[in-house]
Amino acid sequence: MTEPMVRHYGPKAHTDHPPFNYPDYRSTVLRFPNKDMVSIVQTLSETTGPGPAWTEIAEEDADLTTNAGTGGTALGQRIIVTGRVLDENGEPVANTLIEIWQANASGRYAHWRDEDHPAPLDPNFLGAGQCITDGEGVYRFTTIVPGPYPWPNHRNAWRPSHIHFSIMGPALGTRLVTQMYFEGDPLLPLDPIYNSAPPHSRERMVASYDHDVTEENWATGYRWDIVIRGPLAAPTDQEDG
Amino acid sequence: MARLGETPSQTVGPFFSIGLSGEGENVLVSDGVAGDRIRLVGRVLDGDGRPVGDALIELWQANSLGRYRHPDDARGELPLDPAFTGFGRAATGFETGEYWFETIKPGPVPDPEGELQAPHLNLIVQARGTLNPLFTRVYFPDEEEANQSDLVLAMVPKDRRETLVAVPEGGEPAVYRFDIHLQGEGQTVFLDI
Repeated sequence: MTEPMVRHYGPKAHTDHPPFNYPDYRSTVLRFPNKDMVSIVQTLSETTGPGPAWTEIAEEDADLTTNAGTGGTALGQRIIVTGRVLDENGEPVANTLIEIWQANASGRYAHWRDEDHPAPLDPNFLGAGQCITDGEGVYRFTTIVPGPYPWPNHRNAWRPSHIHFSIMGPALGTRLVTQMYFEGDPLLPLDPIYNSAPPHSRERMVASYDHDVTEENWATGYRWDIVIRGPLAAPTDQEDG
Repeated sequence: MARLGETPSQTVGPFFSIGLSGEGENVLVSDGVAGDRIRLVGRVLDGDGRPVGDALIELWQANSLGRYRHPDDARGELPLDPAFTGFGRAATGFETGEYWFETIKPGPVPDPEGELQAPHLNLIVQARGTLNPLFTRVYFPDEEEANQSDLVLAMVPKDRRETLVAVPEGGEPAVYRFDIHLQGEGQTVFLDI
């Protein structure tokens, strides 16, 4: 058997991420693992992952203002959200799938469980999209600003406007699901999910208004870069493929 | 060069199925997929033993020969199966916390020392109320000998290993049960990978 090429990944930077137990977000209380994680060696099961195969079969669907397929356009403030996916070494993560989902402009999800908030559904908005990063790691979506919405975590709890982002990356351990927030949102300091990330890293989830992304007579623009785990050293013997 | 800080993880929340769970993604097999068909079933349970009705389980596995569909698994002598990606997704039932996959039993994959690991499935578990992805492995009860010599299982404290071994439920194709206990006595072992 030939020796498999093994590209190892640096350890997950746990201190950049929320703790598993964050009681201010009440749903963590009975759902966080309270026994120690077991550290293991990285085998092919960990250094590979579904990212490349899943990207192969995915279809790009990056305009959420029209992808409901009704022929109509979603209501709300149209925006372009773009940025790069980089690994922790600063290398672009090319050709990886990004999947997003979000509430509509009124703060309502097109989901059967979102029934307590008396905000209107938008028949022209599904709230889901996907795209594949290009060779420079760039992704780009057209969507609308999601509305804030109430949730039952504490008195008068409102989630700040956010877009859920799922990134596969190249390996099992590079899997990242996060949320993108908007610069200047007054709800951010009040939100336990945002605040679950440590103070030094939480602002990495906040997109900035970018006038160069904004398009004349069309949409305002936001820029947001995403950083995932990266390999310890680039493979030298062969390129991906 | 200075390392860039990672973007923090956040919960998938209760509405992830809008973006992440397509119809039929828990069925990895179709006509022509090589290997022994299996059905993996289980429940996700919280610290009170109650079903978690909004969990997302992602499955990543090798094909029947033990080859991953991935550019870093370059072992050309083990052919890929064009009909098999090795990836699946399932959302738990809202009332029951149950999930299931239809797939094949994976072949063995080598460890870094060149020995074969016991056949296993890799799971990523996320839910409303989890802030980071949870990684675990499913081993097979009918692979006792291979499990005994598995490098990764050997790193797990002995009294917790059985949480990683599925329970056989008979059937044709074979049904294996793998309940995922997020917390408490009998908590499933989660792996820091």
